[in-house]
Formats: sequence, C-alpha cells, structure tokens
Amino acid sequence: MAVHEAAAYPSGILRLFLPVGVLLVLALAVAVPGLLTAADPLAADPLNALAPPGGGHWFGTDHLGRDVLARVVHGARHSISIGVAATVLAVTSGVLLGLAAGLSPKWLDEALARSFDVLSTLPELLLALLIVAITGPGTGNVIFAIAVAQIPNYARVIRAQTFVVRRSGYVEQAVTFGRSRTAITAGHVLPNVLGPIPVLATIGLGQAVIASSGLSFLGMGPQPPAAEWGAMLSEARNYLRVAWWEAVFPGIAITLTVACLTVVGRRLQRRIEGRT
Amino acid sequence: MMTTTHDEPAPTPGAGEPAPTPRAGDPGNDLSVRGGDSRAGGSGDLAAPLAAVADLRVSFGGREVVRGVSLSIAPGECVAIVGESGSGKSVTARSLLGLAGPGSTVRAARFTLSGQDALGFGPREWRSLRGRFAGLVLQDALVSLDPLRTVGAEIAEVLAVHDVVPRAWRMSRVLELLESVGVPEPELRAGQRPHELSGGLRQRALIASAIAAEPELIIADEPTTALDVTVQAQVLRLLAERRAAGTALLLISHDLAVVASIADRILVMREGRIVEEGPAGDVLTAPAHDYTRGLLAAVPSAASRGTRLTTATPRTRPAPNPSAQVLAGTGLGHSYGPRRVVDGVSFTLHEGETLGVVGESGSGKTTLARLALGLLEPGSGRVALHQRLWSHLPERARRPLRHRIQLISQNPLDSFDPRHTVGRLVAEPLRLPRGQRRERVLDLLDRVGLPPETAARHPRELSGGQRQRVAIARALGPRPDVLVCDEPVSALDVSIQAQVLDLLADLQAEYGTAMLFISHDLGVVHHVADRVLVMKDGRVVEEGGVEDVFTRPRHPYTRALVAAVPRMPVA
Amino acid sequence: MTARPAALLEEARSDVTGAGRPKAGLVGAVGRRLGAGVAVLWAAATAAYLALLLAPGDTVDILVGDGPDTPEIRARIVAEWGLDRPEVVQYLSYLWRLLHGDLGRSYQLQRGVGEILATQAGPTAQLTLAAAGTGVALAGIIAVVTAGRGRWSRGAASAAELVSVSVPPFLIGILLLSVFSFTLGWFPVSGAEGPRALVLPALALGLPIAGVLGQVLRGGLERALEQPFAVTARARGLTERSLVVRHALRHALIPAVTLAGWLTGALLGGAVITEVLFGRPGLGQVAMQAVTGRDMPVVMAVVLLSAVVYVTISTLLDLAYRAIDPRIRG
Repeated sequence: MAVHEAAAYPSGILRLFLPVGVLLVLALAVAVPGLLTAADPLAADPLNALAPPGGGHWFGTDHLGRDVLARVVHGARHSISIGVAATVLAVTSGVLLGLAAGLSPKWLDEALARSFDVLSTLPELLLALLIVAITGPGTGNVIFAIAVAQIPNYARVIRAQTFVVRRSGYVEQAVTFGRSRTAITAGHVLPNVLGPIPVLATIGLGQAVIASSGLSFLGMGPQPPAAEWGAMLSEARNYLRVAWWEAVFPGIAITLTVACLTVVGRRLQRRIEGRT
Repeated sequence: MMTTTHDEPAPTPGAGEPAPTPRAGDPGNDLSVRGGDSRAGGSGDLAAPLAAVADLRVSFGGREVVRGVSLSIAPGECVAIVGESGSGKSVTARSLLGLAGPGSTVRAARFTLSGQDALGFGPREWRSLRGRFAGLVLQDALVSLDPLRTVGAEIAEVLAVHDVVPRAWRMSRVLELLESVGVPEPELRAGQRPHELSGGLRQRALIASAIAAEPELIIADEPTTALDVTVQAQVLRLLAERRAAGTALLLISHDLAVVASIADRILVMREGRIVEEGPAGDVLTAPAHDYTRGLLAAVPSAASRGTRLTTATPRTRPAPNPSAQVLAGTGLGHSYGPRRVVDGVSFTLHEGETLGVVGESGSGKTTLARLALGLLEPGSGRVALHQRLWSHLPERARRPLRHRIQLISQNPLDSFDPRHTVGRLVAEPLRLPRGQRRERVLDLLDRVGLPPETAARHPRELSGGQRQRVAIARALGPRPDVLVCDEPVSALDVSIQAQVLDLLADLQAEYGTAMLFISHDLGVVHHVADRVLVMKDGRVVEEGGVEDVFTRPRHPYTRALVAAVPRMPVA
Repeated sequence: MTARPAALLEEARSDVTGAGRPKAGLVGAVGRRLGAGVAVLWAAATAAYLALLLAPGDTVDILVGDGPDTPEIRARIVAEWGLDRPEVVQYLSYLWRLLHGDLGRSYQLQRGVGEILATQAGPTAQLTLAAAGTGVALAGIIAVVTAGRGRWSRGAASAAELVSVSVPPFLIGILLLSVFSFTLGWFPVSGAEGPRALVLPALALGLPIAGVLGQVLRGGLERALEQPFAVTARARGLTERSLVVRHALRHALIPAVTLAGWLTGALLGGAVITEVLFGRPGLGQVAMQAVTGRDMPVVMAVVLLSAVVYVTISTLLDLAYRAIDPRIRG
C-alpha cells in the first residue's frame, strides 16, 4: 500500500546526445558547407523568387530567388564564427582581467571591479551599438563590440571564483605543507579557477550568437548580400505575409544553435558540480 | 518475513509514571479518537497507543532505507530511536507525519495514528494531523525555522493553520508559548529572526512552534546535535518537562548518552532495521545485540582511557617526555575587529604528549589552532616551535619548517583539492624525488589502514571515515613533530570515530608525535588527552591533567561543562 | 503580555521591517549605494566623452556628421564644446554642462538632445514597463504553479524557458507579428497609438525576461522547498501552496533580485530592437538612427541615460534586497 508515490527521472543520455549531434552538424556547416548543400547561397534567380519549400528547394527561395537552405547552411559560417571569435576574445580578456583582480592587492582589485561595474551599466546591445557607432559596421567591429560587452561577465565570475579558491581549505592546507605562493597559485588556484570556463564559454557562445544576430538584424553586421542569419531575418520580415519560410528557417537555425549550446553547457555544469 | 515484528501490545509507560490524562481545554480535538478501535492494540492495554506501526517499509526509487520497522508509542511515553547515519531512523520518524521525503514510497502492514488508519490518508488528512497530533523539532533552528521570518510569525503560523486560538489572541498566545519554553523577554524575541537569537534560544523557539497546537506527540530529530553541551542539557531538560506534562516524545539521536537520561524505551536501528529494543536501562546496561554492545563500547569517555575503542582491549603507549618541549604559546591574543577571540592564552606541548583544548562554539579554539600553525599572526604574544620563534617569522623563513607541524581538520573534503586523486593528495606534502613518492604514498595509506587501490580514487567516492584516514596519511607524510587536530572526529559516526581515534593513538605511540587536540566533546578529550585547556570567550579558564580537570573541576565554568555532559547509566 | 501584540502582528504580516534594529545601518547603506551610483555615472560620462575623442576623424567633423556643414555651425560647435581650449578644460566644461542637465545639441537634427530624449522617453517607458510587468508576472505565475510539481509540468516549464532564452528577441517579435497581425489581424502592425499597439511589443520584449526570471525563480523555489525549514513548515500542517507563497517565494526572490542589472540591460537593449521591428517611436529608434547617422551627441546622451536608469534601478533593487533578506543587515 503506497502512501507516497515515487517520481522517476529520465536518463540524461538522450538529452545530451541530441544537442551534441546538432552541434556537430553545425560545425560541419561551418567547415564544409558544400557537403550539406550544393546550391550557391548568393545565386539570385528572380523568376523563381519566393517559391515555397519543396521540389528543388527544400526550404523554398527568398525574395531574390536564392535558395534558403543554402543561405541557412552558409549563414552558419558567418553567425557562428562571429559568435566563436567574440567569445574567445571575451573569455580570454575576461579571464585575464578577473584573475588580475582576484590575485592583486586590494586597491587594484577594487579599481578593476569598479571598471567591470561601469562596463556593465551599459546594456550589451547599447554598448555594442556605441562601439559600432565609433568604428562603423562590419564583421570585425561586431566581434569586437560583442566581446567588449561580454568581458565583464567573465571577469566577474573569475574574480569571485578566485576569491573562493584562495580562501579554500585546500589552499590553506597547502600553506601548512610549506608550499610557496607561486606553487600554490599554479597548482591549486589557477586550475580550480579555470575549471568552470568551458561551461561559461559554451553558454556564453549561445548568447554571443544571439547578440550577433541582433546586431546584424539592425544592419550592423556583415553587409548584404552575405548570408547571415540575423540579416536574413531582417530582410525576411518584409515578406512575412507571403513567404513565412524565408523567416522561419534562419529563425530555427539560431534558436536550435543557442538551445543546444545552452543544454550542453548546463549538462557540463551539472557534471562538474556533481563532482565537487 | 525478513524483520523483527512486534505484535505484543505496546509497553506501558515507564514504571511509576502516572498514566497521562488527556489535557483539559482541547475541545474539538477530533483526531484523538481513543479506544474503541480493535486494531489499535491488544487486549489489556491501559491506553491505546498514539502511534502504532507494523512492518514499515520506506524506499526511494528502488532503494529501501527502512526495512520492516514496527514501533508503537503510548501516550506520555518517551521512545528513542538510536542509530548511525544511514540507519533509517530519521526517515522512520518523519514517516509518522507523512513526510518521508520527496520520491519516497511508504508501505506498512499497519499504520495507526491517534486511532486513525493512516494507510488511507490523503494529503488533507495528513495535514490535519501535522502540528496537531504531532509536532516536529529538527536539528538546527537556524535553518529549521524560516530564516527570513520572525520566530513569532513562525509560531503564529501553527496557531493559524490549525485555528487553535481566535485570531485576536494569537499573538498573546505566541508570547505565552515562548515564555513557557523559557525564552526571556518574549516580546523582543518574537520579533527577531533565527539568526538574531543564540543557538539555545532559537532551539527553544523551534520547540515552541512544535508544541503550539498542543500535540500529543513531539517528534524530535537530533534536537540537540548542533548545540553546545551546556545548551544541550537545557534543551533536554525542556523536552523532559514537556514529557512530564503528559506529551509523548519520539526522540531520534545518534548519541546513546543523550537519550539515556530521558527515554523509557530505546530502539537501536541499523541499515533500516531495528536490531534491539527494550527498556532504556536494559539496552544501555545489558545490551543483547552485538551491534549495540559495539556502539556502547565505541563511545569515548573517562572509562575508555587507555583502551582501544574498537576492541575494548588495553593499549600501552610511551609516556610523554616532559623535558622536550615542542610547541609553546605565550600570552597569545588575536582580535577580529573589536572582538577579542583569543585573549592571553599560554600553553606548552611536549614530545609524545596530547594536549586537549575544550570549549564551546565561539571560545576561540579554532583561532588558537590557526595561531599555532602559523596561519595567523598573533596580535600579541608569541608561538615557539622547538623553542625557536615560530610566529612573526617572514613566510619565507617559516616555509622550510612548516612540515614539522601539520593540521587535521574537521571536514577533510574541504582540505582536498577537488580535482586530485587520493594518491596525488597524499603525495603533495612529500618532499621526495618523484621516483620514491609512489612507494611512500602506498606505505602511508597502508599505515592508516587503506588499501593501495585507494590511491587512484577520488575522495568524494570515499566514506567520511576513509576521507579522514586520507587526511591523516597526508598529515603524517612530512613526519611532523606536532599534529594540530581541529575537531577531527566531530563529523563522524561513533563507530567510525572510534576507529579514527584508535588510529591516531597508534600512530602517536609509534612516532611519538605531539598532538594539540581540539574538540567540543569532553568524552573524546577525556579519552585521548594527557592534559587539557578549558577555553571560554577566548581565555583559558582552567588547565591541568585531564583527570584532575574533569573529575575535580575548580572553575565554575568547567564544573557547569562537566555537569552538562549527558551520562550513561553504569552497567 | 498584551503590551505589543498589535505591533507583533504587523511584524508577522509584513515581515519586512526588522524589529529592534537601528535604522542607521540602512541609512549608511543607502549613502554608500548613492556614492557608488554617482561614481558609476561619472565613469559612464567620461567613457562617453572618451568615445567621442577616440572616434576616428576630426571632432568637429564628427559632431557635424550628416547635418548641414557651414562655417557658422562649425564655429558654434567649437564654442559650445570649447574645442579651442585645453583638453582638460573641455572635459571639465563637458561635465559641468552635464551637471546642469545640458545634454548638448544634435547638429544633424538641429535640436537640443535633451528635447529629443524628452519627447521620445514616454513611449519607451510605456514599452519597457509593460514588458517588465509582463515578464515578472509570467515568471512568477509559472514558477509558483510548477515548482515542486510533477515531472510533466516541470519539464514543460523548463522546455519553455530554454526556448525563450534561445530565441533571439526579434524573432519572437517577428513570429508574433506574422501570427497576430498578419494572419489574424488582431493587433496593429506598427505604431504606438492606443494600448492595443503595445500588446505585441510588450510580449516580444517580456517573454525572454519571463524565461530567464522564471528559471531563476523556479530554481530558487525548489531549493527553498528542500530546506529544513520547509520540512518544519510542512510538519505544521501547511499546504504546499501556502508553503510556496508564505515561505519559499521570498527565498526565491533573493537570487531573482540579483538579476536586476541583467534585467535592466535586457529591457533597454531589447527596446532598441523591438522599437525598430514594430516601428514604434521611442528612445530605441532615436539611438538606432543616431548610431546609423553617427550623431555622437545623441549617442553619448543615450549612453548616459541608460547608465542613469541602470544605477537607479539597481539602487532600488538593492534596497529591496535588504528588505527581502534581513540577514544582510548585520
């Protein structure tokens, strides 16, 4: 006779394999888009404009008659490489600044921490717009703008983590073993501070992809006719009444990318947390 | 049937106890349907049991943690369930409130609460019983009362849920309740939150909330475990008072001594089963089951001095060498802000000697340990290691000497780098060429009783006792002259604690290591220490040979401390 | 005994004001917060000024931008920005003007920047407040309804949250437009006339907020429901619902409040995209046009305004935090 019923939980394997598989396909699209589609993403065919999905064009064609599937596949290169480049730049600078703050004397730490505060008073998108206003639109500038906007997030986490590790029991224990400050920093502090970075970077990459598509949507990113998901959506919104496919497929591409990155990041996080 | 079943009627309350009468003034108590229920007990009962459970089984997922427990509690009776962690004692107790936990499946052959068959209970029936039929007191009121709400609001909530008193009287009732559990200035305290109260006061407030709806039963799950010994004594006295007033008590504890003074009957649980059950005196003085016997023998105390706890056999060790001073503190003082946490403490420690430091929380014990280890620079006074200045050294000069004094802390997991294996952890303090390290690590693991395979494992896969063994192996690696042990066995079950204490004693006998042994547990210190310092508010109030101090305490504080220690009846 | 039950009852109800605690701690905290806020504003003003200096090209050229370029206007720019004086004086006079509420002049639009912002602030305030309200309300409802519930409702909630943090905000807007405006014709496609025109933009901006906030609130609720005090509360006979509402929700608000900075950023940044997408007038449009036309005085003013909003909101929420969690007063 059951007074309470147990709730069973599904295994996480399916939930991990699926997003990893999607990410592998995306990586393939970035590396060799020709494997996934034979069509040219830039070849216009005005006579065949706004054709619905099916037949020769699985995802239909856009207002210039370009193949939407080809543009989505080739768009991965722009959208994802902007995200990756921005994330790499942001993580590297953020980690260095965060470590500098966490390991420095108090006054320097305070100064750095306040400068992170100032940077984050500006919403990411506004800061990026300010930078683009100064530098002008273009892929490189968008990367720089997104990276600068994300630096404080990483720097803060790393700074906080550095404090936690420096005050940890194992660092204190290492002091009692007579190990030098340098040895402790290299042997315990750095590895444990840097541990969460893969997780942060994975989730952050997703957010960078969203940010870059937002800037492209506003016309700040790669300029037409380049295929970029955000820019494709921006063009597509003028044809929403007649051609839903021109907006839906790049939209799904962004969402799927970000969702998979987020899921993988959280799984990684749970594994790391489960370990410690 | 894989378990003991108990079909005999519930024992009558302890000899000489008057049969408790239902309290006047609880009209409309529809839950206390008494008598008239043929299932509730055998014939000839004086009173139907408040709770009668037969063959209780609780599982989480596929794992059964309570495996066929039967128990009954008569009105006004105090039943204690004693067991180590994982014995299922807590889950058993919480099942009586339908709170075994999320994801649990509870089954029983019989489950009668207050004369009602609880097997058919839905959420509504359970709720009407909770707080009203039985109140729950958990371990630490700091987290068992909502930390964001005032204790007054918490107590008032019970009154509101069960509509015990009219709304307009609720607050004056809260104040009465606080007063009745011995909280001074109830008006002030009712408006404070748990973190603003001392440990003893907030535990009293928690008890006040448990008894607010005048339940017939209090379920107290480790109610004194987080408390200092003097406060523990007060809380136990308070529970005993409630019982004297007629409330039945189900007491859950890992500590046999705690339940000894108050329980009528004791149930000993192990791995989800009851291994022994009987009147308190019998279980404590003439245990029938090996497990109970082992448990009793494992408790360190004055009587266990000079014996091995795990085998109860005598052990010999070389006498300390009073001419070889290894560590000394003179007039040590340290402040955090305006608070003086260590104030004018002096001590000496000789080769092969164990110096115990006892005191309650906030007495400055841990700060003293950090001063001794040179992790903290004393604000005043000095520390000498081997008669040479040890405090006030530049870190560069101290570093080559650090291996001479090592630390074993309460929670070993905190002191392990979470990424490292046991082998790497034990190797860390060794100053040996790479080639000789592995051999030495295996040798150290062997000495602390761990198999060589342990080297490849991660500490989080190990049990608490194994982790503490790893910590000991690590501390021994550099062959220290002094071991600073800060509450080294406080987080361990009594049987594991016995193993670790035996291990420390063996290693001390072998290496002649001096130990600064810090503990809140007077029994542990009495068992291990040669001399003892009693600390209070950062000062040493008494010091001397451990027998002298604990059997003939001179300072009033030491006397209070010694008197507060729960005692076992002598066999 | 009956001396203060009334006060106590109030305490139990509101549970926010600490009893017997001096208010000095609060005043000091507010003072510190305001000091930090002023410092942040100063730094933001300086950063905006540096951006002007760092922008490639002659400062006068940049300030003229696409506007009419006559010697008179150039002379006026030099005079107003003090470009003929030493750089330190330029900077100090810039700060001095800001202190007096003078945000300068857009030479492209040939209007005062303060005036431009003032006329456009209304629609943006409407949009962001409506979106914040929608987001917070949705998040709260979802969290309270699903926390500690069965697997299915929790799984559905967490899937919805995942989607809402993964969809770019403008895509939500596009989808809402194509379904509710183009297909069903329920709401206007663009403009800011009447409350009906606010519905879709507020949803587009509020849904991602609901997703993130909902996740944090639900996580907070679930953690709170596992705490020992939740066991104690259940053992008093409380229903799960009142356990959530009376106890756990407040604990869940603590991590949610720390999201204030993120929330402000999401609203302000999202307003730009939402206004562009829905063709709504507002500060987002102003910012967008200023960036496209490199109208630096307007860009700098938008930066400052956003810093003011951020500092104000985070100061207010910091105080709210202290009210929610009295433990940090000590």
